[in-house]
Amino acid sequence: MSEAFVALPATNDEAPPSPSFFRGGWVSILAWRVAIIVVGLSLWQYASGRLIKTFWISRPSDIWQQLVEWVVTGDLWIHLQVTLIETVMGFVFGAVAGILFGLALGLNRRLAAVLDPFIVAFYSLPKIALAPLFILWFGVGLASKVVLATFVVFFLVFYNTYAGTLAVEAELVDVLRLMGASRGQIVRKVILPSALIWIFTGMKSSVPYALIGAVVGEMMASNKGLGYLIQAAAGQYDTGGVFAALFVLMIIATGLHELLKQSERVMLRWREEGHGRN
Amino acid sequence: MTDDALIEYRNVARRFHSRSGTVVACEDVNLSVRRGEFMAVVGPSGCGKSTLLNMAAGLMAPSAGQVFYGGRQVPAPNTDVGYLTQRDTLLPWRTVEDNVAIALELRGQSRADRLRVAHEWLDRMGLIGFEKSYPAQLSGGMRRRVALARTLAYEPETILMDEPFGALDAQLRMVMHEELLKLWTGMQKTVIFVTHDLAEALTLADRIAVFSARPGRIRSVETVDLPRPRDVFRIRFDPHFGKLHDRLWSYLEASVRSDVMVN
Repeated sequence: MSEAFVALPATNDEAPPSPSFFRGGWVSILAWRVAIIVVGLSLWQYASGRLIKTFWISRPSDIWQQLVEWVVTGDLWIHLQVTLIETVMGFVFGAVAGILFGLALGLNRRLAAVLDPFIVAFYSLPKIALAPLFILWFGVGLASKVVLATFVVFFLVFYNTYAGTLAVEAELVDVLRLMGASRGQIVRKVILPSALIWIFTGMKSSVPYALIGAVVGEMMASNKGLGYLIQAAAGQYDTGGVFAALFVLMIIATGLHELLKQSERVMLRWREEGHGRN
Repeated sequence: MTDDALIEYRNVARRFHSRSGTVVACEDVNLSVRRGEFMAVVGPSGCGKSTLLNMAAGLMAPSAGQVFYGGRQVPAPNTDVGYLTQRDTLLPWRTVEDNVAIALELRGQSRADRLRVAHEWLDRMGLIGFEKSYPAQLSGGMRRRVALARTLAYEPETILMDEPFGALDAQLRMVMHEELLKLWTGMQKTVIFVTHDLAEALTLADRIAVFSARPGRIRSVETVDLPRPRDVFRIRFDPHFGKLHDRLWSYLEASVRSDVMVN
């Protein structure tokens, strides 16, 4: 009799397999991507000096040489390290503060009502505009960039956390109240896990902004970091150097994004597996 | 008023205010549910049946009149009741076993203890092998059974059920009826079961309160004198079942038909 209920076998460990048309085409997708890169770089290399002055667009071979040189001299690590530290510290501080503040306001509607106009005002402000002020306050070193990145990340994570706590389904809360759950238990067992999706969305989208905060700060005033590298290269009309630094930035931004995506997959496992089931 | 009334509605009305006006969900409701009784509430959709349950659970206060539980005004929330709602309220981020065990977890039972109880219930519901699954991985029928197991696992005195099997197909629903009756017979808990399905109410209940269309009022309270244990698959062919069905339908018919006309 109980067979009637067994609708679908549960796949506990593996993510659902991708549709077969996708799997079949995987190699060709990869081939296309490689082709785009090769063709793009070749065109660039060809055009440089022939169609457009090398001065404006440099050329892939020069950029590569620049990268190799930075690696050999060790310059790359110094600057990369500084930018990464600023970004990660800004991200961590901003995310922690954003989550805490978002929860505090989400769980305390009265406080939220009082603070609402101030939050909107700060949220609307382009945070990058605060960079000169922070440099004035915290100097040209690491601190001013960390503060800027923190500030940018904070608002994104805060806003998502706050929205997440408000989006909790009332019925879930009611069922637990009837079971005798205390306020604290409801927060821990319903509101927090439910808001986690939103918190992750906020964190994920704030990673590139943490990097922006750090790099913009570096470009304004500093003597280290990828932003400084870009600024310095541009100051010497060295477009190859600018592109090389941009390339490194792109790599670390993608890496950070991937890292967060993976951790989200682990923490929100229950959600991943729900696809296609009803 | 009977001495052994556990839940009592006295001149209860409930109104909802919205921008487009005031809606009276139910009014003049007088009903007492005895301890250990299986009470079904039937009526056309939108007649305020769910509102009755929400008031018994203390999630909603009556606009007029009073609701008593165990001789006292219903506390908010009423932790003596377990509520099986129409919608799925399993926590999607918890595995099946952790969902079933949650009420015991809230009471501070050790993980080993509460999982032992949870597994007992999952066993009884034929859900062994799915302890570590997430709700999204289960079929609708299985999720309903997990929800039922979760409600029963912490042994609330009363169970409120709001069209709990409404989303299931007819065969599956009968299987669930059989299981529910089997469980209920063993525990003799008080149940209020809201449905719009007369046959379902007749199959399960000791008494049936028939509601009219909005504003919901009680048209009649009928005793279902069908012997127990009942065979949920055959009882509907019992001549007495048919007679009761006819009588209840006569109360319902007018409001259901008028509802069709209005819509």
